[in-house]
Amino acid sequence: MLIRRSADIPTREITDEKLYWSRREWLAAVGLGTVDVAVGGRAVGWPAQAREELKPTPYDLITSYNNFYEFGTGKDDPEANAHTLKPRPWSVAVEGEVKRPAVYDLDEFFRGMKPEERVYRHRCVETWSMVAPWLGYPLRDVIKRLEPGTRARYVEFVTLLDPVQMPGQRRRVLDWPYVEGLRMDEAMHPLTLLTVGVYGKPLPHQNGAPVRLTVPWKYGFKSGKSLVKIRFVERQPRNTWNISAPHEYGFYANVNPTVDHPRWSQARERPLGQFFMKPTLLFNGYGDQVASLYAGMDLRANF
Amino acid sequence: MTEAQLIRRALKPALWILGLAPLGWQIWAFFTGHLEAEPVKGMEHFTGRTALITLFITLLVTPVRRLTGWNPVIKVRRLIGLFAFFYAVVHFSIFLVFDLQFSFGELTREIVKRPWITVGFTALLMLTTLAVTSPQAMVRRLGKRWRTLHRLIYAAAALGVLHFAWAQKKDIRLPVIYAVVLAVILALRWLPASPRSPSKRMVAEPAP
Repeated sequence: MLIRRSADIPTREITDEKLYWSRREWLAAVGLGTVDVAVGGRAVGWPAQAREELKPTPYDLITSYNNFYEFGTGKDDPEANAHTLKPRPWSVAVEGEVKRPAVYDLDEFFRGMKPEERVYRHRCVETWSMVAPWLGYPLRDVIKRLEPGTRARYVEFVTLLDPVQMPGQRRRVLDWPYVEGLRMDEAMHPLTLLTVGVYGKPLPHQNGAPVRLTVPWKYGFKSGKSLVKIRFVERQPRNTWNISAPHEYGFYANVNPTVDHPRWSQARERPLGQFFMKPTLLFNGYGDQVASLYAGMDLRANF
Repeated sequence: MTEAQLIRRALKPALWILGLAPLGWQIWAFFTGHLEAEPVKGMEHFTGRTALITLFITLLVTPVRRLTGWNPVIKVRRLIGLFAFFYAVVHFSIFLVFDLQFSFGELTREIVKRPWITVGFTALLMLTTLAVTSPQAMVRRLGKRWRTLHRLIYAAAALGVLHFAWAQKKDIRLPVIYAVVLAVILALRWLPASPRSPSKRMVAEPAP
């Protein structure tokens, strides 16, 4: 496949050569012939102002500062401890209101699909933020192939439960396994990804290998990592942080500068590696694409 | 060397070096890029923990004095206490400058709206009161009331630990350890004193 590079792509948005070639090798290794590269979100088309900010956070920050309690509650714990995770072979169980429920081998799960590079803003509920060049498959394409029934109104995402691979699960700091959920229209939104890589490389263990969710207009905790189960359900699933502290973490968790966390303001965010904060954007800057999903909804009540 | 000389020439300079070391470490980390990925959070957590630990050491002076009977150690208590206050001020200043962008309106709102910040700020006000009344002239002027007033250090330490615990998203193991350490330090006061220990009335004598 021909990948064009137009002259107007800023140098900073072009992956450096070493990464580029390792990406080719990886793609070849996992049998993916081609890749759609959507530099700066061009393919999805968000406003110019937002595009300006999409300078990816350095790889070492993205992969060394993680909330992944399955490997410990400290930000540097996942990088230190996630070597025990075995991302291959990996299977994903599809259950519930769906025509093709089955346990799929991960490589089979995406067969014939092309991963896309999406440079997304990522906003943590704790107020830090980053920009990550994810590599993933639009969840909608996967869902369409699975053919959910009419009673499938929500999708539940379950993370691996295995205290041997995930030593952080030996303590009940959260109600394991980690569960997250999306409304069907959120799951079917073109921005929502099943992410398998970052910076053109397979996801490092600490970032949720081998497959995680990416929902860029919601706080990071909505994006479950190391997924082993996708369930199509009729009722709104409960999500782990909501179970843990219902008054602090809701089901929707849309990024919203006007709805505070009870213990801190969400009006501003601090990009990783920086000292000063910048204003947080409603829906993390993806309002043009996703605001219509929540038309008429009280975002304060449905935080 | 007399005991007074030992304190003046060895113990106090050593305490100055130890007391400034955490600040030095942060300045070094700042200029060499060794701060965390969230540098401001990292500095806030570090200076907050340093303030609490220094406060605990301040609270250890009296039990150490009573248990060992080495009375002159009391002469360094004020210095250590002032270092605890110093780190609490640095901790608060980082919050004010980098998180609130020097907005006193926002500071007021945060203190009023968020109980864990109310608690931390109250502890800071208590430490400020103790620091202001720490010079010898104030000790003399306040007389007996000085000792009563300076019992605020117990409340400040307890509120500081509560503030620490409340700041956690979920995992409170570390603040619980701090609470246990504080409880042990306070419990030491019930142990029988060394026969060389002074009568209680002399405890408030600060360093010259």
